[in-house]
Amino acid sequence: MKVTEKDVAYVADLANLELTAEERTGMLRDLNSILDYIDRLNELDTSDVPPMAQVSDPYGVDESKQGSKRFAYASREDVAEGLRRSLPQEAALGNAPDSDGAFFLVPKVIER
Amino acid sequence: MDLNGLTIDSARTAVQECTTTALALAEAHYARIQQEDGQIGAFLTLSKERALEQADRMDRMAAEGKPLPPLGGVPVGIKDVMSTRGVRTTAGSKILDKYVPPYDCTAVARMEAAGAVVLGKMNCDEFAMGSSNENSAYRPVRNPRDLNRVPGGSSGGSAAAVAADMAVVTLGSDTGGSIRQPASFCGVVGLMPTYGRVSRYGLIAFASSLDHIGPLAKTVKDAAIVLRTIAGRDPMDSTSAGVAVPDYVAELDKPVRGLKLGVAKEYFGEGLDDEVRNAVETAIDKLKSLGCEIVPVSLPHTPYAIPTYYLVATAEASSNLARYDGVRYSHRARGVKTLSEMYRRSRDEGFGAEVKRRIMLGTYALSAGYYDAYYLKAQKVRTLLTRDFEESFRKVDAIVTPTSPTAAFRLGEKSNDPLAMYLADIYTVTADLAGIPGISVPCGETKDKLPIGLQILGKHFDEATILRVAHAYERAA
Repeated sequence: MKVTEKDVAYVADLANLELTAEERTGMLRDLNSILDYIDRLNELDTSDVPPMAQVSDPYGVDESKQGSKRFAYASREDVAEGLRRSLPQEAALGNAPDSDGAFFLVPKVIER
Repeated sequence: MDLNGLTIDSARTAVQECTTTALALAEAHYARIQQEDGQIGAFLTLSKERALEQADRMDRMAAEGKPLPPLGGVPVGIKDVMSTRGVRTTAGSKILDKYVPPYDCTAVARMEAAGAVVLGKMNCDEFAMGSSNENSAYRPVRNPRDLNRVPGGSSGGSAAAVAADMAVVTLGSDTGGSIRQPASFCGVVGLMPTYGRVSRYGLIAFASSLDHIGPLAKTVKDAAIVLRTIAGRDPMDSTSAGVAVPDYVAELDKPVRGLKLGVAKEYFGEGLDDEVRNAVETAIDKLKSLGCEIVPVSLPHTPYAIPTYYLVATAEASSNLARYDGVRYSHRARGVKTLSEMYRRSRDEGFGAEVKRRIMLGTYALSAGYYDAYYLKAQKVRTLLTRDFEESFRKVDAIVTPTSPTAAFRLGEKSNDPLAMYLADIYTVTADLAGIPGISVPCGETKDKLPIGLQILGKHFDEATILRVAHAYERAA
């Protein structure tokens, strides 16, 4: 078994998921079964293969440039209003579970 | 005139020539939904007010004798992962149960600018994660051909609605096969364009390096019309490509004689149902009789596509779904005392089992100590899978395969075995990983009258060729 109960608890914590005891048992079983299957990737020697993060790069990246200039194709003018006007406050807060009309409200962050 | 069996051109022409009205078309489709959708479950939300306003606009144009735009008056459905201003958008999840977006997805805006009448939002697997639509937090969709079977997923509602004449066309999204596989299961046409061909602005993100928007339609021509409408650079999506958009419709009738079509043995191996194999081989023979040359090609890394996909897609999903925190627009658990408790309990209550499973797998694959072994490894194999296609496309113009190893399976058949469900995407995920376009076109039925799909894969930004081959096949079959 690759994943232990401790791993499940640790990863659930990283992912901000609570998970019931029952869910943890199922997760342990499923993750191990999926990772066993995924293990077949190790049959391949990839030591000289570059990783591929994004499909669109070959269609725009300027390999002759350095740093962010390589991705100039995806850039635009930096203007105050951007491409779209900012949402009115009312619309931006419209879907919030809790707000006071000016801010999103959340439970107290700092414990005393 | 039967208002429910129409294609885009026949619907638009009928409205233009005032044989019917866009209003009557929309009403006929709502009547059909009322009658059929109780048992199918393709729609999650109806946008009647918005639809009737748009229909009225088209009718007034037609009455004044003004030429209607290409989708003028055509009733369409939108998968519920695409934002619609003022119309509830859930992504099939309880965590977005009450979410009403303040803006429109670019693809939807382009459909409406072209005259489309948006009837409503289509049911789908939660956050587009699934291959059967059983992961919808609202209800499963049933296959109109056989109500005991799944419509495929994740765009199951989009496929079922077209199959049952509840919409002329729909938009779906494809991250691992979610347009093509349900199209195949429901007997309709489904097109996944090249990565970057269609803007994803306003699409609720699942896996950003794999997500695509595309049409599900009754005919290849309808798919071409929709692609022409929604394709092209959008400044709101930096991953949308600045590559010129050809007139896909005008290209449809070019001859297919002399085109080289690749057949890869890796797509005809173990696990492929005999009836599907026979239907696809018969379709390939048909294409040969139309003058296409059939060329054997090899895609040797195909067996590694599913494991690669489930690492890349889940890693990206775990990051994309971090935004559902119960603060700005998603479900918040009641009675929580601290911020971290609020995050955890809101997400626990809001997400379904498969979404949690994928968040966990993705988080694990990205976590310290496992990143190289899993995520980085998968990115490297993704390069190999892409190179397989690059090699093959030096020899051929397109590649033909089955869309799915089986026809539609029964509800509940795979829902307790995540791995078995993942394998339903075995012939579709590789195109998503490589970013190449693919189309599924119906190619016959099993003896139980279940539809079978032929998949045609093409070169980057060469949707014109796969549409042309699919169109020639559709007409000859």
